[in-house]
Amino acid sequence: MKKNWPILVVDDEDVMCESMAAWLREDGYRVDTAPNGLKALELTKATDYVICFIDLKMPGMDGIETMMEIRRIRPEASVIIITAYATVDTAIQAMKEGAQEYIVKPCNPQEISMLVSRIMKFRKLQSENAILRKKLSRQYRHHDIITKNSRMQEILALTQDIASLRSTVLIRGESGTGKELVARAIHFSGSRAEKPFIAVSCAALTETLLESELFGYEKGAFTGAAAQAKGKFELADGGTIFLDEIGDISGKLQADLLRVLQERRFYRVGGNEEVEVDVRIIAATNKNLAEEVQQGRFREDLYYRLNVIEICLPPLRERREDIPLLAEHFVQRICSELGKDVGSISGPALNLLIAYDWPGNVRELENVIERAIVTCRNGMLDDQDFAWLQKQATHSQNWEVPDVPLDELERRAIIAALERKHGNVKEASSALGIDRSTLYDKLKRYAIVH
Amino acid sequence: MNALYVVAIGSVPEPALQWAEEAAAEWFPLPLKRLSALAIPEAAYDTKRRQYQSIEIMKMMAQSAPRDAVRVLGITDADLAIPVLSFLFGQAQLNGPIALVSLCRLHQEFYGLPADLQLLRERTVKEVLHELGHTFGLTHCSQRECAMSLATHIQGVDAKSDRYCARCGLQLVDRVASL
Repeated sequence: MKKNWPILVVDDEDVMCESMAAWLREDGYRVDTAPNGLKALELTKATDYVICFIDLKMPGMDGIETMMEIRRIRPEASVIIITAYATVDTAIQAMKEGAQEYIVKPCNPQEISMLVSRIMKFRKLQSENAILRKKLSRQYRHHDIITKNSRMQEILALTQDIASLRSTVLIRGESGTGKELVARAIHFSGSRAEKPFIAVSCAALTETLLESELFGYEKGAFTGAAAQAKGKFELADGGTIFLDEIGDISGKLQADLLRVLQERRFYRVGGNEEVEVDVRIIAATNKNLAEEVQQGRFREDLYYRLNVIEICLPPLRERREDIPLLAEHFVQRICSELGKDVGSISGPALNLLIAYDWPGNVRELENVIERAIVTCRNGMLDDQDFAWLQKQATHSQNWEVPDVPLDELERRAIIAALERKHGNVKEASSALGIDRSTLYDKLKRYAIVH
Repeated sequence: MNALYVVAIGSVPEPALQWAEEAAAEWFPLPLKRLSALAIPEAAYDTKRRQYQSIEIMKMMAQSAPRDAVRVLGITDADLAIPVLSFLFGQAQLNGPIALVSLCRLHQEFYGLPADLQLLRERTVKEVLHELGHTFGLTHCSQRECAMSLATHIQGVDAKSDRYCARCGLQLVDRVASL
């Protein structure tokens, strides 16, 4: 852990730098030294030092000036001014300018040891606090998984069962079905909940950007890489990384990712030192990865590594019973965020929402509700607030029922579902809202060859 | 095979060198050799503080190290310090070949108490294991009783044991074996 909290020692006397660095290294810290202020600034730009020990009297840029510049670059860094001569004036000036401590050399080893340990503990608390704050806000979003649909409830139960495992999870579902919410539910229900949850949208970045985003880079790895940067895998160490739109990554990144999955190690871009991480990977896609594998667009070995536990999220049109619940929930949440006073949704408006097919799924429903609330002039959302949806919903409602027996209707529905799902019985049964064995029975009954 | 050298820096009582050698032999399966005593370099003496800068002594040790030395352990009676710290019980190069232990503040007499040879032996062994541990990459251990725990006062030295904890011991075995 200590290696992740680097320390800088700045002194024009070589023996002071060397001895202090050696003493701190024995304690397990990574320590850099600088013989003057300019070198210290150069190092500070490249590394996020937790503590900077700076000698007060140095030729050229003195200790106070160096401290001020360092704090400008790294406001979070704790600066400890060291001097051989204690005067009240310099001590006051140093503290005024932002020094955390002021020590007169030589000082007792216990004093410095306690000082360093106190600052490190404070920094650790700060970082934990940041993680907890994020966690709290994300837990709020976790409650957005609102459902009375039996398939969704099975999925939520599964997320609890697999939460504390390390196995990779592949979440499939159309855009807007809540893949990231499910990933967060898995993370925050398990033993990694106290550690970071890092989400990366693989489709949003180019191959090279995504590579440096995922694995980090060393200073000078490419133009503009002015300082070393940790990648998402390192940031997620101990926690979970959520790789959204995994089906969109390039062949090279597929190979790199496979290596991380197999060995839990990787190199930063431009680096030659292996970085080891303990990260749980949850991937998501709206593509049929098995088909991508067949087409040669996705590595088979990576697919099997990712697909250890598979979760398929149903689209909103296949869980219409959840639409009123979700709509009411979004009304309450968005009204509270926007400071609007909209009590509820009228019956006709609700019918309109239920009838609509929601190609953008829950996310689209959320956006539609927000848009309606923003433009709503009454205390209730009615069908006029969703007028622009009405046309499509009416089209859906006016679907002409063919004049055929009910069995024939069912047979046609099954054939249509199988065609839509490219013959995949599991997916077709999900789409039809029945289990696989029931579908097989019906296939036999209607003599449907698939 | 490369050897672990023990060397007196300045005048050091023979028993102290033997304690150091016994401790090293018990934990480090390396050929053990004694180097002729080295004089403390004048540059190491800080006239104002009346102490010796450990870095200067370690530099001199590195220059005097025989070719087959895989580690050099210096034992001195000099009171060691570095500019920012008022004293040191010892110092070592992390993952490097040089380790230095000062007996000065391990003596009961330093604290105005009657001499205690057994206590001095125990303290010497603990500090020898501690500094040699650093040369094999071990950093300070949070286990109070481990020889690698940080002692910033003599009570801290007495509180730890003359052995490594299981975790540090395993790391040490691994690193010595990889030499």
